[in-house]
Amino acid sequence: MILSTRGLTKTYAGVAANTDVDFDLPQGQTRAIIGPNGAGKSTFVGMVCGRIPATRGTVTFEGADITTMAAHERIRAGMAYTFQITSVFPGLPVRENVALAARRWLGSNKRAVTSKTDEVLTRLAITDRADQLAGDLSYGHQRILEIGMGLAQDPRLFILDEPTQGLAEAEVEDFNQLIKSMDAETTILLIEHNMNVVMAVAEYITVLDQGMVLANGTPAEIRSNAAVQEAYLGTGHA
Amino acid sequence: MTDTAKSNALHFGLLAALAIGFFILPTYHSGNLARIMILAIYAMGYNVLFGYTGLLSLGHALFFSAGMYGLGLTMHLGGWSPAPAFLAALIASSIVATVIGFLVLRTTGVAYMIVTLMFAQAGYLTILYFGTYTRGDEGFALKQATRQLIGLDLTDPIVRYYTALILFATALLLLAYIIRSPFGRTLIAIRENEERARMLGYNVTAIKLKAVILSGIISGASGAAYALLFGYAGATFATVQYSILPLLWVLVGGAGTTTGAFIGVLFMTYLIDYASGQTNAYLIVVGVVLVAVTLFLPHGIMGTLRNKYAGWLP
Amino acid sequence: MDFGPHLLLAVLEGGVTAAVLALTAMGLSIVFGVMRVVNVAHGEFYMLGAVLAWFIATTIGSHPALGFIAALMIAPLIVGTLAAGVDRLILRRINYDPERTIVATIGTLYILQQTTLMTFGPDARPVEPPFNSRIALPWFEWGENGFAMYYPWGLSTTSYKLFVIAAAAVILITLWLAITRTRAGLIMRATQQDSDMAQAFGIPVKTVYSVVFGLGAGLAAIGAVLVVPIQQAHYLMGHDPLLLSFIVVIIGGLGSLPGTIIAAILIGMADGIISVFFTPTLAKIFATLVVAMVLVYRPTGLMGKSTA
Repeated sequence: MILSTRGLTKTYAGVAANTDVDFDLPQGQTRAIIGPNGAGKSTFVGMVCGRIPATRGTVTFEGADITTMAAHERIRAGMAYTFQITSVFPGLPVRENVALAARRWLGSNKRAVTSKTDEVLTRLAITDRADQLAGDLSYGHQRILEIGMGLAQDPRLFILDEPTQGLAEAEVEDFNQLIKSMDAETTILLIEHNMNVVMAVAEYITVLDQGMVLANGTPAEIRSNAAVQEAYLGTGHA
Repeated sequence: MTDTAKSNALHFGLLAALAIGFFILPTYHSGNLARIMILAIYAMGYNVLFGYTGLLSLGHALFFSAGMYGLGLTMHLGGWSPAPAFLAALIASSIVATVIGFLVLRTTGVAYMIVTLMFAQAGYLTILYFGTYTRGDEGFALKQATRQLIGLDLTDPIVRYYTALILFATALLLLAYIIRSPFGRTLIAIRENEERARMLGYNVTAIKLKAVILSGIISGASGAAYALLFGYAGATFATVQYSILPLLWVLVGGAGTTTGAFIGVLFMTYLIDYASGQTNAYLIVVGVVLVAVTLFLPHGIMGTLRNKYAGWLP
Repeated sequence: MDFGPHLLLAVLEGGVTAAVLALTAMGLSIVFGVMRVVNVAHGEFYMLGAVLAWFIATTIGSHPALGFIAALMIAPLIVGTLAAGVDRLILRRINYDPERTIVATIGTLYILQQTTLMTFGPDARPVEPPFNSRIALPWFEWGENGFAMYYPWGLSTTSYKLFVIAAAAVILITLWLAITRTRAGLIMRATQQDSDMAQAFGIPVKTVYSVVFGLGAGLAAIGAVLVVPIQQAHYLMGHDPLLLSFIVVIIGGLGSLPGTIIAAILIGMADGIISVFFTPTLAKIFATLVVAMVLVYRPTGLMGKSTA
C-alpha cells in the first residue's frame, strides 16, 4: 500500500466532516473518490496531503507515518496536489509556473529543470503558450497548466481534486487520455463528479457519504451497488 | 539581446553613469547623490520583502536603526574601527531580523502590518529609554578622526561618494543575482500565490523568514553606512516615518523592480528638497505622492514602464 | 501623599483617558468592523477635531461655555464630512483593498497633518473649559482615633474632568442604542455581515461606507473636543491617540464593539496608573510589546471570537 488511513476524522466545531475513514490505496492504482456534495471528499484528501489538520486518526505514506508532517513535507515525500479551485501563479509565465514545480526537487540543476519543464509543456501541448502569463490563459488551459505543475514534480502519488470541473467535453477527453498515459508506477487519487471520467479512468472506486466510506469496488461493482445508487446515483447526480 | 543581457546592460549602465556623475555634477548634487545611493540600499532591502515576497512591513526602521546603532555605538562607545563596527551592524540587524521575523510571520495581511509597526515602535522607545548611551532624539556624531578606512578619509566628499557607490553597486548586483536565482524565483512565487507554493513542496514559512533576514541585513547595512558616511546616529531614524519612507520610495519607483528603489529615492529626495524650500510643511508632498501613487500609478515608475514598454525590465 | 489617595488620583486621571480613548477607538473599530479597512489617518481626524474646536471657540469668543458647546456640535460634523469626502475620493476608487487603503490613509495622515501645520501653525493652543471648579477629594483612614475622613493635599479633580467621563458614557450609550435599535443601525449591521448580500437587498453600500467612515472620524473628533480644554490643540497630537486606539481595538478584538469599550477602559486606566508609578517610556515599551504579542499569538484579540 502506498497510502493508508486509519480512523481519519475531522470535525469542524462539533460537526463531523469525516468520521473514522479507513482507506487503502495500492501502488500504481488509479482510484476515484466519489460521493454527493458535502460527503467530505475534499476534506479527506486535504487531510491526506496535509492542508487540513486531522482531528484524529493516522495517515501512512509508503510505510511511514506522516500524520504530523506539514503539507510541504508531504509533497516533498512524493505527493502532488491540484486544487479544486484552479490555483496557478497568475503573474508569472506558463513556463515559470511549471519550472517552479520542477525546481523544488531538481534543485539548482538548471539543465534538468529546463528539460523537465520542456517535457511537461510538450506533453500537455502548451509549448506555444509557454511565454504567456498564466493569468492570461483560458480557464481550461489554466486547469491543464495546474495538472502540468503536478506532473513536473514526478509524484509517486498524484492527488487531483475535481480536475475536470468546468472543462469542455473535448478537454475532458484529453484529460482522460492524459491520465491513462501516465506512468504505471504513478498512483492517482482523484475526486471526480463527472461519472464518465470516473468510469473511463478509474480502476477502483471509493464512495464517501456523510463523511464515511459507503462502498469500495471496481467501477462495475459500484455501478451495481444498491446502497450507492440510493445515496449517490439515485440523487440524479450522474 | 537576451533579457538577462538587457538587464545587465541596465544595471552596469546605471552604475557607470553614477561613477562619472561625481565629476560632472555640482558639489551639492553629488553630495545628495551619495545620500540617495545609501538610502536606495535601504529601499532595496525593503523591496526584497515588499516587492518580491509580497510582505508589506511598516516597521523596517527597526532594521535600519539596528544597523545604524550597531555601527554607531560600537564606534562611539566601544572605540571600534569602521570595518569591525560594520560587521557588528550586520550581525545586530540579522539578529533583530531573525527574532522579529520569527514572531511577525505568524501573522498575515493587516495584522502583519500592524505588528511590524508595533515592534518598530517598541524599538524606537527602547532607543529613547537608553538615552544615556544613545542620546535619544538628539543623537550623537561620530568623530571625524575615527571615520577612516584603510587609510582613506571617509569624510572626504570623493571618498564618501565612491564608498557609497561601491556599497550601492554591491546591493544592486546582489539583488539582481538573487531574484534570478532559484531562491528569488521562489520568493516571487510566494508573492504570487503562497498556498500554491506551499503545495509544490516549498517550506513557505522558512523561505519567508530567510527573506525577512535578508531584507533586514540589507536595511541594516544601509543604516550602518549612513552613520559611517554622514557621521551621525539619532533616534529620528527609528521613527515610524523612516518605516514609511522605504514603502514610499519603493511604491514610487516600482515594487518588484531592481532599479525602482533608486529611482524612488532620487525622485522623492528632490521633491522633498524642493518642497522644503517652499514651506515648513514640506512633508505634505509625502502624503500627496502616497495618495497619488495609490490612485494613479499602482505599479510605480519602473513597474509602469515594464508593463507598457519593456517586459524584460528586471 | 500615601499610596491609597495616589491610586484614587490615578484612577480618576485614567478615567478621563479611558473616556476619550473609548470614543476614539470606537471610531476606528466601527470603520474596521463595517468596512474591513484600517484607517491610519484616524489620529489626524482626532487632531482636526481639537484644532477646529480651537478655531470655533476663538471665533465665537464671548462666554467659554458657548464656544465649547458650539465646538462640540460643529467640529465633529466638519471632520465627519471631510472623512466622508476622503472615502469618496480615495478609498472608494481603490475598492477598499486592505493594503492599498493603509498606504492611502498614511498619505492622508501626512496631508491633514501638514495642512494643519501650514494654517494653524506649530504652536499648541488652549481652549478654555466651559466650567472648571476644583473638587477636593476626601480620603478615609483607620487611624488612632478610629475611622477618619480627611482631604489629602493634592488629591483633587475638576468638575470638567468628571463631565468628560459622563459625556463619553452618554455618547457611547446613545451610539450603542443607535446601532442596535434603529433602522440606520440595522443597515449598518447588515452591511457589516455581508456587503454583497446587503447590496443585493438594495442597501446603498457605498453610501453606508461613506457615512460609517465619517461617523468613525466624527467620534474621534468628539473625543478630541472633549479633551482639548485639558490638553491643548497641536498639529502633532494625533500620533498617540492613533497608537492607543490601535492597541484598544486589537486587545478588544478587531471590530467587536463591547470588546473595544472594555479594552479602552482597561488601557486608559492602565495608562493612568502606570504613568503615575513608572517612567512613561518603559511603560510604553512594555505596553507596545504586550499588544504586539497579543496580535502574534491571538490575532482575533483577547475578546474577539475565534474564526476557526
